[in-house]
Amino acid sequence: MTELAIRVRALSKHFGEVVAVDGVDLDIPAGQIYGFLGPNGSGKTTIIRMLCGLLTPSGGDVRVLGLQIPTQTDRLRSKIGYMTQKFSLYDDLTVQENMQFMGQIYGLPRKVARARIEELLERYALAPLRNRFASAMSGGQRQRLALAVATLHSPTLLFLDEPTSAVDPENRRDFWEKLFDLSEAGTTILVSTHYMDEAERCHHLAILETGHLRNQGTPQELLAQLDNRVVEIAGDNLRQVKERALRLPEVQSAAQQGVRLRVLLKRNTLDPTQYLREQLADQHLVLTHTRPSLEDVFVASTTGSKQQ
Amino acid sequence: MSSLSRVGAIAAKEFKQLSRDRMTFGMIVMIPLMQLILFGYAISTVVRNIPIAIVDNSGSAVARAITEQVRVTQVVEIVGHYATAAEAEAAIVAGTIRAALIFPENLTQRAAGGEPVAQWLVDGSDTMVSAAVLGLRTMPLHLEAGAPDGAYQATAPSFEVAVFFNPERRSEVNIVPGLSVIILTMTLVLFTAVGLVREREHGNLELLITTPIHPLELMVGKLVPYIFVGLIQIIIILGLGWLVFNVPLQGELHHLVAVILPFIAASLTLGLLLSTIAETQMQAMQMTFILLMLSILLSGFMFPFDAMPKTAQYIAEILPATHFMRLIRGVYLRGATAGQLLPDILWLLGFTGIMLTIATKRFHKSLD
Repeated sequence: MTELAIRVRALSKHFGEVVAVDGVDLDIPAGQIYGFLGPNGSGKTTIIRMLCGLLTPSGGDVRVLGLQIPTQTDRLRSKIGYMTQKFSLYDDLTVQENMQFMGQIYGLPRKVARARIEELLERYALAPLRNRFASAMSGGQRQRLALAVATLHSPTLLFLDEPTSAVDPENRRDFWEKLFDLSEAGTTILVSTHYMDEAERCHHLAILETGHLRNQGTPQELLAQLDNRVVEIAGDNLRQVKERALRLPEVQSAAQQGVRLRVLLKRNTLDPTQYLREQLADQHLVLTHTRPSLEDVFVASTTGSKQQ
Repeated sequence: MSSLSRVGAIAAKEFKQLSRDRMTFGMIVMIPLMQLILFGYAISTVVRNIPIAIVDNSGSAVARAITEQVRVTQVVEIVGHYATAAEAEAAIVAGTIRAALIFPENLTQRAAGGEPVAQWLVDGSDTMVSAAVLGLRTMPLHLEAGAPDGAYQATAPSFEVAVFFNPERRSEVNIVPGLSVIILTMTLVLFTAVGLVREREHGNLELLITTPIHPLELMVGKLVPYIFVGLIQIIIILGLGWLVFNVPLQGELHHLVAVILPFIAASLTLGLLLSTIAETQMQAMQMTFILLMLSILLSGFMFPFDAMPKTAQYIAEILPATHFMRLIRGVYLRGATAGQLLPDILWLLGFTGIMLTIATKRFHKSLD
């Protein structure tokens, strides 16, 4: 796929003194699931809001589905679906009423809307809940309803802002199955998350921190950058070992995971295990060279300085 | 001691929040200020400057002398002259004057015989106004220039008085239609003022504005249900007024509807505008409260409009409630037709258009 769904250059957004997004470039290919990975306050939501025309950028050039944003936002609206971070349908309407309402707002012909709603009620397992008030539904059910509504008018581009923040792991897996179905059918999906397991499922990832784009690529590409930089240490007194490791010039971060300490080195050293073994000089410690995880990628991309 | 410091902590927090909530802070200052100015200065319970007209069938110097003496009381302000009593009555129904002073053809003979010299036709739909005119009934008159005070010794009161529309001068007659104005102002403005803000607070708006919906569609759609709310309320108020307080409708039903609908529209669009200004439901309620207070004090509900100073009248003219107060008293109590009251109806419709335009302009489909 070479066609771009979204092309962004030097995008920035200021709220008064605060710089929420600073000089971000993005090329998002059509038909893929593209993930924004970043902590709270990294600018994920702000970028998504600018891409769907909810916020006016302070600077930069935004093209979504070939349309200039924000000037051509009106023409974009019927082509996109948006799932907000917070549940934004009506608590005091039932599942079916919410869907009918949004169908009318999107101007679907009555017959088309009726068929589409039935189809979505089945697909998202909402049929038994059709007369349930949204306020009486679980997090997972609400999220399925929100996705059903976001796809009601068959948009070519879906924005999902932290869609699974109120959902248990099993529902989250089911949710991603639905996203892959949509992607298979040709929908471009932009999803923001701070869960590593979700990030791993994306075709392409952008790592954001404090409004800056820190890294981007496929998960495989990103992991390959960290080959030979992660070492696991097992042994006693890991809290002390961690303190010592963090003082070493070549160590970027160290984090305890249960009975092991995971150490990330700043750049490729010929033999990271050997380097640490010499530096820590403690024969009780067992050091193993290990495969990087996406969390390591995230840490390596986002922290210039050392962190715990 | 720790309990005291906890109280202190809470109090300090409340003060901080209060000083940061500009709306509430403004209310703390504005409410006493407005009340004081309105009650103490703008609203004087001594009724003055009631608009009246003169119908002089005698064409005599005596009539002109009496007119002059009535004028200098300042209770009334002569705003017109009519050729016949029938024309003056029509003007009272239309609300352009509150009373008319009719001089009979045989004025000179009546004066000589010590009979009442003239007749007042009074609009009884505002009891304070009719009371003020009734106060003139026994005023002493001198009929020839240069004559000493009290030269004319009438055995009867100086004037005869005919009070129209509410001859018993019952206050319910005045209150029932007036109350409908206040209740509609309160509920309709509040419902719509809170409406958009609630959607914003619940996050619904963030989704709605990504859809192809036009701001005007959203605005009008949110108003429509409340037109029926307003109609139900006015049926309850006027129905109870009729059944319980015996205040029957004098005008035609379709004229009543023709004055009610523009007012409902004006109130709803005003609420909508507040909704685009308020950031929280609390702020929307506070703004509604200020509007309600102004409406109660200035619309003519509590104090006669004609008796207020010009400044207060100008402010009152902005409020939809003032115009509706004239309309509903006209149709309901004086049996006026919508056509006779057209200026107020047109004003309300214009107000609706302006409010809807500003609200739509103010409402951007963005979160900026």
